[in-house]
Amino acid sequence: MSVNPNDKNSGNKQSKVEIDQEKRKFLIATSAVGAVGCATVAVPFVLSMTPSERAKAAGAPVEVDVSKIAPGDMMISEYRGQPLWVIHRTDEQIAKLASHDAQLSDPDLEIPQQPDYCKNKDRAINPKYAVMLGTCTHLGCSPAQNFAVTADWDGGFVCACHGSKFDLAGRVFKGSPAPTNLVVPKHQYLTETTLLIGEDKESA
Amino acid sequence: MSFLTKKADELLGWVDARFPLTSNVKAHLTEYYAPKNFNFWYFFGSLALLVLVLQIVTGIFLTMHYKPEALMAFASVEYIMRDVPWGWLIRYMHSTGASLFFVVIYLHMFRGLLYGSYRNPRELIWLFGVGIFLALMGEAFFGYLLPWGQMSYWGAQVITSLFGTVPFIGPDIAEWLRGDYLTSDATLNRFFAFHVIALPLVIIGLVAAHIIALHEVGSNNPDGVEIKAVKNKTTGIPLDGIPFHPYYSVKDLVGVVVFLMVFSAIIFFAPEMGGYFLEANNFVPANPLVTPAHIAPTWYFTPYYSILRAVPPIGISQFPGVAAMGLSVMVFALLPWLDRSPVKSIRYKGNLYKGWLAAFVVSFLVLGYLGTVPANVWGQFGAWMGKADIATVVARIFSAVYFLFFILMPWYSKKDKTKPVPTRVTG
Repeated sequence: MSVNPNDKNSGNKQSKVEIDQEKRKFLIATSAVGAVGCATVAVPFVLSMTPSERAKAAGAPVEVDVSKIAPGDMMISEYRGQPLWVIHRTDEQIAKLASHDAQLSDPDLEIPQQPDYCKNKDRAINPKYAVMLGTCTHLGCSPAQNFAVTADWDGGFVCACHGSKFDLAGRVFKGSPAPTNLVVPKHQYLTETTLLIGEDKESA
Repeated sequence: MSFLTKKADELLGWVDARFPLTSNVKAHLTEYYAPKNFNFWYFFGSLALLVLVLQIVTGIFLTMHYKPEALMAFASVEYIMRDVPWGWLIRYMHSTGASLFFVVIYLHMFRGLLYGSYRNPRELIWLFGVGIFLALMGEAFFGYLLPWGQMSYWGAQVITSLFGTVPFIGPDIAEWLRGDYLTSDATLNRFFAFHVIALPLVIIGLVAAHIIALHEVGSNNPDGVEIKAVKNKTTGIPLDGIPFHPYYSVKDLVGVVVFLMVFSAIIFFAPEMGGYFLEANNFVPANPLVTPAHIAPTWYFTPYYSILRAVPPIGISQFPGVAAMGLSVMVFALLPWLDRSPVKSIRYKGNLYKGWLAAFVVSFLVLGYLGTVPANVWGQFGAWMGKADIATVVARIFSAVYFLFFILMPWYSKKDKTKPVPTRVTG
């Protein structure tokens, strides 16, 4: 942009002047303190983007009445804004859970995606009711229900986003992009048919 | 000299004594010498600037009626479409402008690939350009959440989850980006802030840097020869250069007219572009409990999305796919240092380079198409291939070609049989 090319070299004249080392040290120290100050001021701005107190409070436990779910059907309610599934499994569906272990990524529930009291063959306290968060462990979509049994499908869920497949206990099939089984949240039975999600007997 | 022109000259002199008006007009317009052999591909830089202005202006008017609040966002967009006088036009200009921005930018980038516009001494222009491209992708992504439709919501959910796959710190980053445990009102509110103020400022700054750097070194041209190498000895003006204004300002106006015809035709006759510009699922309000049956990003993100889907996980980590997707966008920044050809323009490059460029373009288009459809679109292979989805295998092959275009470039660009480059442009 400069019209006169000689201007570009004018800065070089300064370099001949002897540098005052004391002043330089002082300037470096001042700059360092200033940089620390800027970084400190950035902290509140960064933290302002984390979940607010209101968002945290929305994570309170919820009660779910499971008496109205027909056998072989499921109910979607909400827990911490995420879809919460309760599946009323038939005896036939429960029996089939053990039949496809070889096709699953983590049939023995090694990865703690469920509370200890659900680390069993049905992934449930009561085998009749499977409780899980309907949020795909791949990229957070909600898998769709596909309960119709065919020759090579025992019924379960298929994620529309990237094709991850889960069985009726939320266990992921091999070859799915989803790395882990669906999450079973902490829960407990208040009565025979009333569930409290988000709190169990240990934490209460 | 009449009285009025004398007064006008005085006023100009008054301004020039206080602000470098005349010198800037000269430096950037009337005495900025551009090569005389610009062709069709050189329309897209000025068109990108036009679309940027259109997006900013229509965006300002949309913010006057839009509400960045989860319970009201969807309805406020419908309000703009139905009740705000001419609101539909402004909104369609903005949504169509977003897609055409990418059309124009992709053609602009392709021009760079054709004529080696990223080569020395234009590396910084190219890097600023890559920065604009990245910021633009962010801008489009943040903007797409605002209508708060199903596609908006689940698109944002998937993309923020991508950050969650980064080893160790990922889940915290995803939560920090969303400001909640999942995509919610907090996410919408901050995406609005990014979309209407943060990224537009970044883009405007980068565009200024892009143009300043361009005008410092001068434009490349279809022959890839430096016009500054041959100057008129008395005036110092490049022999093959012509002033940007009036020659190219007028030429660009022709491009603007044609562009606006296409733009208007889309706005008035096909604003949704068959679901590519505005997706059908986005006319359903966001529902955090139900993911639509088929979700895909808007067309301009689909090549990278295809790469994301094509890369298999390592163990239980999705990070390789996410990293590959990130790389597929960032890798453009390396071009100035990957291209070792002795010539810049494709006119003087050999068949080896041309073949690789063609393979890259085909990969980009095929990946782009595959990103818009489900992975099972072409059915499955038989048991001999483990019943893999055909489309996934094809996407893997073309993802490999996409990256090989860059990885092998230092080798094939050097080995390529080039033709001799003329000293002057060939018109």
